[in-house]
Amino acid sequence: MIVAQRKPLAEIIKAVEPFEKILVLGCGECVTVCMAGGDKEARETALALSLARRKAGKPVQVKSHTVERQCEFEYLEAARKLVEEADVVVSLACGVGVQTMNMHFAEKQTLPGLNTTFMGYPAEQGVWLENCLGCGNCVLEETMGICPIARCSKSMLNGPCGGSQNGKCEVSKDLDCAWHLIVERMLKFNKLDDLMKIRPPKDWSTSHHGGPRKMIREDVKL
Amino acid sequence: MKSNLQKVLESGAFVVTGELGPPKSAEREKIEHHAKILKGYVDAVNLTDNQTAIVRASSIACGKIVLDMGLEPTIQITCRDRNRIGIQSDVLGAAALGIKNMLCIQGDHASFGNEPQAKNVNDLDSINLIATLKKMRDEQTLLGGDKLEAPIDIFIGAVANPFADPFEYRVYRLAQKVAAGADFIQTQAIFDMERFERWMEKVRELGLHKKVPILAGIIPLKSLGAARYMKNNVSGMIVPDHIIDRLKAAPDKKEEGVKIAVEMIQHLKTVEGVAGVHIMAVAWEEIVPEIVERAGLLPRPQLA
Repeated sequence: MIVAQRKPLAEIIKAVEPFEKILVLGCGECVTVCMAGGDKEARETALALSLARRKAGKPVQVKSHTVERQCEFEYLEAARKLVEEADVVVSLACGVGVQTMNMHFAEKQTLPGLNTTFMGYPAEQGVWLENCLGCGNCVLEETMGICPIARCSKSMLNGPCGGSQNGKCEVSKDLDCAWHLIVERMLKFNKLDDLMKIRPPKDWSTSHHGGPRKMIREDVKL
Repeated sequence: MKSNLQKVLESGAFVVTGELGPPKSAEREKIEHHAKILKGYVDAVNLTDNQTAIVRASSIACGKIVLDMGLEPTIQITCRDRNRIGIQSDVLGAAALGIKNMLCIQGDHASFGNEPQAKNVNDLDSINLIATLKKMRDEQTLLGGDKLEAPIDIFIGAVANPFADPFEYRVYRLAQKVAAGADFIQTQAIFDMERFERWMEKVRELGLHKKVPILAGIIPLKSLGAARYMKNNVSGMIVPDHIIDRLKAAPDKKEEGVKIAVEMIQHLKTVEGVAGVHIMAVAWEEIVPEIVERAGLLPRPQLA
């Protein structure tokens, strides 16, 4: 899923300073699951904004609402009335949702209320880990299901580097060395030949390095 | 024409290489000062490439300075700061300046250095960097397939760290680097000789020492603080307690540091498959002549 984290409240308060009617808009997808921008967080953020403005002697009208999916235009219509009534929208969706909002309601400004952090998974309650960079050319088949592009600090195709010690990455003792895990798994599955293989330089043109990406599927296109 | 390093390696003599860290400034006299100290005592000298991700004068520029003084440079190239366009361009530029030895390394993560907000490039990894240089030299071809207009004359180095993990993989990694095209190897600094010897045993088992000369890394310890710092703060390094204790007990720390280095070199001369030593006395360059002399490695071969 897309993992995100709410921006510091002070930053949001500052961003909405010039506005009198604010809509905090949550999203029912990934950010609900990672407890950053669902209905609960939208209500909390709205309350916090309202309280902060009252304290500052500049009361404001804040409403909150949550749509099923902010990243698709068809779900945004459900919020049209509230959006039109507001001076500004604070979106608690990921960066994708903030942008579809700005496209769909082009006359209105939608501000980001979250920092979109990464694509990843909940490793345990309250802990999320990054494990995909969306590079456009999956190598998981070659690396025993562990992504070196996202999980190695140096995105090495042939690792681990000389900074790997005790299974940890040189960047942090809290970070597993992805290549250590890959090597262990290759040895476990008796894949010494795969381990010895030299994987050629990655073609980064399928990733963001090739420019913003566009995908067209003629089979489903109308 | 072959580099001096290549010639000395091929002569079978026990090789000595040194290391210089370019200054955090444009003061060429600093690099000249250190080069003067090392000249005549090492067969080639590494110029580090923004070591530990700290911005310093460029390794190629400093390599050219020492080359002009008659000391042979080995420029380090990391994957951290440049993509394949920048790296291949630098290789051509350095070769045009007469620099032949090029050491391929991954590079410490930028978070260690003085620009921790930098983008880590890592377009290539160190093994692919070796293969890229080999392709440029042996096939006169760039990674993308374009032909070079003329051949280049380079000698390709790589690094090995027997002190990183997983230990059982480390010798295979060396084999990968040899397969990719490494002409010589310099290892991480050795303090844990027992582990180094276990690694060398596996190197010999795979016959890798016959395919590539291995220069064993030595860092002379200047103080107890330096030893502790390396033990606790430098990634991919092991400094055993007995080394720390030995320095702690010594009345003259610097002399003890020299003694440890000399003893290690003398021992390494007896280890089958070790072709020489790589002495990394960065910030203590002036000690190198004494160590080389006391280790019985003088005079350095003068080959035509």
